[in-house]
Amino acid sequence: MEKQVATFEVKKGLAQMLKGGVIMDVVTAEHARIAEDAGAVAVMALERVPADIRADGGVARMSDPGLIEEIMNTVSIPVMAKVRIGHFVEAQILESLGVDYVDESEVLTPADEEHHINKHDFKIPFVCGCRNLGEALRRVGEGAAMIRTKGEAGTGDVVEAVRHARSVLGDIRRLQTMPDEELMAFAKHLGAPYELLKETKELGRLPVVNFAAGGLATPADAALMMQLGVDGVFVGSGIFKSGDPAKRAEAIVKATTHFEDAAILADVSRNLGEPMVGRQVTDIPEAELIAQRGW
Amino acid sequence: MKIGVLALQGDFAEHQSMLEGLGVQVSQVRLPGQLEAIDGLIIPGGESTTIGKLAVDFNLMEPLISFGEAKPIWGTCAGAILLSKDARRPQPLLGLMDISVERNAFGRQVESFEADLDVPALSESRKGEQRPFHAVFIRAPLIQEVRGEAKTLSTLPDGRIVAAQEGHLLATSFHPELTGDDRFHRYFLQLVEISKAETDPMAGVVE
Repeated sequence: MEKQVATFEVKKGLAQMLKGGVIMDVVTAEHARIAEDAGAVAVMALERVPADIRADGGVARMSDPGLIEEIMNTVSIPVMAKVRIGHFVEAQILESLGVDYVDESEVLTPADEEHHINKHDFKIPFVCGCRNLGEALRRVGEGAAMIRTKGEAGTGDVVEAVRHARSVLGDIRRLQTMPDEELMAFAKHLGAPYELLKETKELGRLPVVNFAAGGLATPADAALMMQLGVDGVFVGSGIFKSGDPAKRAEAIVKATTHFEDAAILADVSRNLGEPMVGRQVTDIPEAELIAQRGW
Repeated sequence: MKIGVLALQGDFAEHQSMLEGLGVQVSQVRLPGQLEAIDGLIIPGGESTTIGKLAVDFNLMEPLISFGEAKPIWGTCAGAILLSKDARRPQPLLGLMDISVERNAFGRQVESFEADLDVPALSESRKGEQRPFHAVFIRAPLIQEVRGEAKTLSTLPDGRIVAAQEGHLLATSFHPELTGDDRFHRYFLQLVEISKAETDPMAGVVE
């Protein structure tokens, strides 16, 4: 048999290799090197971290290909980059650069308020955000090979990531005890593709890897999400907006591995310096909430 | 028989469920003490830089080397890199196998692929009859060179090496844990049986 590239198995497979790891937002090649040295499993290359996007306002778009390439040339670990929801041409550009994963992300300003990208059209794999099981399975239906919670990016407040993870994982637990004749109505209720819901029930988990993202800022936040049952974590502004990024990055990596060992968690949480200045999600006007983007 | 999976990072859960499907008792290894009760160890796929760094930080390097000198270890992808003596780049390695590897040898994720391999060691004794092993390669390393006691187990059709064995140590650039085919896992369990029989003369003795 000839060699087959870009199969769903291969797209999903890279996410499986990232499990138990931390994916870090970086805005320069120097950040990327710090992240790799701290033990990141991948980096997300972008021009501004979500906290700055939030503060600056305006339209947030795909990053400059030159910056992404510089980061790709600096580290040996996988490099991800973000495109606007529905902006398939930004995705075509990232595919031509050869990035390892595309994040179709609500953190950037959406380009389409009805449709996400048809991710089956691409050779490179996609990760997408979700708030609940229906949204997760709609994205998988469109071809996403990895899912993450949306959380509320750029806040340093983990509450939304917890809400989204509990929603997804809680509905999967409900599915386990649900008789098959109730699946169609549940699929309708969730707005989820029936076949994928059925597969999720059979597997007892999402058919793809499921990370937490959005508002994680401390080693304890990472371990909390891992104990809730996600496969790994994204940390955005939480690292490079803190007082000692290298130390915090390393601590979050260790906490993600030893997420059930409170003594190690205490040890790595010691003397980390200033965390990022947080912003409580309940203080943010509804129109400014990023997690609401995506359909 | 009890098999450990190194659970610092990567797809250790996939190995675990494969082994459990074969009726084997499995434990996750994150700290040196957890190596004591096991007869063999799998180092999974993942990011070799992350796994190597965590192994150094949690004082696992020396215990892993001593373990591998006495008992079987199988490394898949990142695990194969860790077992090697040379990865052509400064990063922590166990150096247990006399092989050198090249990381991301096929390129970036767009070049990841699936292919069928001939693995003569897996042939199920019937003369000449052999099913190919369907292999998944994810940003995979290549085994550039096997030296000394290390032997090639499988190559791509163009001759590049993707699986090697040195005594009770096994390295594959691909991921048998991602396919439904458990032949490589069974092959590793045989190595563990043999090693157990050698180190414990009472093992297998029926009273």
